Amino acid sequence: MLFTDFSFILGVPLLFLVYFLLPQRFRWMLLLLASYGFYACSGLENLLFILTTTLTTYGFARLLEVLAKQRNETLAAHKTEWSRDAKKAYRDKANKQRFVWLMVCIVLNFGILAVLKYGAFTVNNINALLALGTDTQLPVPDLLLPMGISFYTFQSMGYLIDVYREKHPAEQNPARFALFVSFFPQLVQGPISRYDALSSGLYAGNGFAPRRVLLGTQRILWGYFKKMVIADRILPAVTALISAPEQYDGVFVFIGILYYGLQLYADFTGGIDITIGIGQVLGISMTENFDRPFFSKNISEYWRRWHITLGTWFKDYLFYPLSVCQPMLKLSKWSRDTFGKEIGKRVPVYLATLLVWFTTGLWHGAAWNFIVWGLMNAVVILISEELHPLYIRFHKKFAWANSHAYDGFQCIRTFLLMGCLRMFDCYRDVPMTFRMFGSMLTKWNISALFDGSLMNLSLKVQDYVILLAGTALMFAVSLCNRRGPCMREKILARSHALSCTLTVLLFFVVLLLGAYGIGYDQSQFIYNQF
Amino acid sequence: MNQTLDTIMDILKDLHEDVDFESCTTLIDDGILDSFDIISIITEINSEFGVAIPADKIVPENFNSAKALAKLVEELEDI
Amino acid sequence: MTRKQVILSAVAMSTAVVVGTAALQRLLMPKYMSDVVEGNLIADYYNSHFDHDVLFVGDCEVYENFSPVRLWEDYGISSNIRGSAQQLIWQSYYLLEDALRYETPDVVIFNVLSMKYATPQNEAYNRMSIDGMRWSSSKVNAIRASMTEEESFLSYVFPILRYHSRWSELTTDDFKYYFGVDPDFYAGYYLRADVKAAENVPEGRPLADYSFGVVCWEYLEKMRQLCEEKGIEFVLVKAPSLYPYWYDEWNIQIVDYAAEHNLAYINFLDETIMAETGIDFKTDTYDGGLHMNVYGAEKLSVWLGDYLTKELSLQDRRGEPELAAYWAEIAEEYGKEWQRQLNAIG
Repeated sequence: MLFTDFSFILGVPLLFLVYFLLPQRFRWMLLLLASYGFYACSGLENLLFILTTTLTTYGFARLLEVLAKQRNETLAAHKTEWSRDAKKAYRDKANKQRFVWLMVCIVLNFGILAVLKYGAFTVNNINALLALGTDTQLPVPDLLLPMGISFYTFQSMGYLIDVYREKHPAEQNPARFALFVSFFPQLVQGPISRYDALSSGLYAGNGFAPRRVLLGTQRILWGYFKKMVIADRILPAVTALISAPEQYDGVFVFIGILYYGLQLYADFTGGIDITIGIGQVLGISMTENFDRPFFSKNISEYWRRWHITLGTWFKDYLFYPLSVCQPMLKLSKWSRDTFGKEIGKRVPVYLATLLVWFTTGLWHGAAWNFIVWGLMNAVVILISEELHPLYIRFHKKFAWANSHAYDGFQCIRTFLLMGCLRMFDCYRDVPMTFRMFGSMLTKWNISALFDGSLMNLSLKVQDYVILLAGTALMFAVSLCNRRGPCMREKILARSHALSCTLTVLLFFVVLLLGAYGIGYDQSQFIYNQF
Repeated sequence: MNQTLDTIMDILKDLHEDVDFESCTTLIDDGILDSFDIISIITEINSEFGVAIPADKIVPENFNSAKALAKLVEELEDI
Repeated sequence: MTRKQVILSAVAMSTAVVVGTAALQRLLMPKYMSDVVEGNLIADYYNSHFDHDVLFVGDCEVYENFSPVRLWEDYGISSNIRGSAQQLIWQSYYLLEDALRYETPDVVIFNVLSMKYATPQNEAYNRMSIDGMRWSSSKVNAIRASMTEEESFLSYVFPILRYHSRWSELTTDDFKYYFGVDPDFYAGYYLRADVKAAENVPEGRPLADYSFGVVCWEYLEKMRQLCEEKGIEFVLVKAPSLYPYWYDEWNIQIVDYAAEHNLAYINFLDETIMAETGIDFKTDTYDGGLHMNVYGAEKLSVWLGDYLTKELSLQDRRGEPELAAYWAEIAEEYGKEWQRQLNAIG
């Protein structure tokens, strides 16, 4: 089921109603029921996978907790009689045992994800290698990919690692834990929540609070505005541009960068607005996934503001552990001794960065396009890290480099750079992407912008008017949200009546101007296949 | 304590010479240190003190100020 | 915010949403007045007096080929046509089921062309056959049976979900007929007075399989049984349209079915009947043989009136003053429209 399905759109208000009518202690059960209902709509066999992840993670987390308790009790019991070294030896042994159990559960769950999502990709690559020397070819598996598997696997494993690290206690009730894994608004495209952040609201069963319900509803409608009025309207044009690269080269590549950037932004942030808005109405606060990413001045900043929960997941559970693990520290020490301090210092950072971005690329899709895309990000980030001292000198020397105009230039530069990188996951394959970039420089067909070709992209004049107005509105809202409370809160603080009126108005704008139903392609949320 | 703090000060100064590490208590919260800096600090601390800061200790409370870092190092040395 | 304020804003907002949506929906739904007038056929039935001796059910081969006015004026038979463009057989069944809530005629006449379609065909025609129906279990079932893959049930419940993007194509008609349409139909008959002779109508291309779909037989049987239960005479017809081509192999199957269930089956394509009706494809069709014009429809109606009176003993009701007054009004409009079209053609 998609957020734009009519049954979802009608089902959610109904859920709100029942939720608020139910006694508080039953409310989370309703959410569990709704989540499993929602998930079952994507295919009953999918339930098997989410149940496996739920049960194994629940069980292993409980085990890790029990082992930690035993360790602490033993240490407390022998507080005086054991020597410091004996305590240390025992602690190391106990921790090692816990680590083994942690890894069993992680390997199992990422193993499921790997086989389902990357099985075919891996076999294809092996076959390509085999074809070089032999005639044997392995059969390519055709496996179903359960909806949202990347999202719920990552969320569950984050929880497990946090229990292992004793950041918070394990959830005792398996049904409550099942809700944490399957909570329906975030199943399709995130955000990837942390247990300690999500759980308080998730199980609280908060009642009807007018202000929250109004603001949440506004956020849901705003999400639908972005998703249906903008993203789904421009999608046919994006599809046309990238599916016929032979026809649309040169300046059209640039147009594609702009259109795809707009489409992806409106689609993904719109979906997250719907998710967080639903949470807000229900009194469940979720971590923000975006912080006006197109206002970033460099790529590192961009990745701290775009798909934030994925970035922090990789940072906390992959980048840091990888950079500070014993082998890495040893390697760092060795290279420091061999090549000197400057290089030794960089070894862990460079290695971990490349590995994290390789994984991030792979996360986005089982194809070389995505891997190259991920590594290109890493390369740009590392280059700008190296050039950092230069930037500082530059800014010190030239006063104009600290002006607002220069800030704007940096934002646009970052937007375009990210737009170029993004094209790697658009075009058919990597060589094609490079050819298309090449055509931007060699084929000088700017005149195509004015000869009506833009009207052949299944966009009519009224579509362009709506897209321009909608983009201007998104830009204005982003500017307004720069400081202080968000725009919706500012409006509500100024006038209650205005806030209500705008809500109703926004509903009608989406109803009339949304690109949905027959005549438009029901586009899938771009992120739900991940 | 003082000696640990001094060494950490040197490490930090080496990274960002223009930051007032003595008084700043929001190194992470204000985004003064990024993840690359944190890894550099941990690598340096490892080579200076022989202490390995595990990943689960990488939380804002431990890296927000030079003093917090020194405290963390001493705790880890203690175990 | 006080409790009162909260309730007040909630009520105000919900009212605005409901009223606004309803108002917009009315504006955005096609009015079918200046073109594709067939879209109004189904709803127009509910404006009738529900006192019909004969109900026609079927597609364009009924609503353009039989003239209830002629049946009344010459034979005193009160009839109505529940037909719409490319009305599929399950739609005919549910429309019949729907009509039988309002009245029980003596005879139901079903045109068998739609036996050839066993799957939903076209979203736009679905809308024209179904949107005009009043809500009932028949409508729900008609929707379920008719939806193409891209359609959703909810878009029938809230047609604005289907027509929302029409805001850029609104015409003066949408405002002029905002509070109601006034279609020019005469007891479900769509009058055309122009002439376009049929020339070189091609033979049908051979088909791989001539058997009708299982689902079509099911609905034909359901229709027959429904009539049987209500004591209604069920008559099958095939209009004399030259195209879509009516294969002999198809005809045989209907003949057999009619014989098996002791039903009347009138094939107007049959040479003897064709001679009796006097249909002339040079003058009696307005689109080269696909549909009859008013001259053809009148000829067919005269033949049919004769048949209904003689074979099924329908009574002449011209003596009933109320009914006569009702039909006189329709007949007058019918004559005017005929004349108007003649004037327009020049």
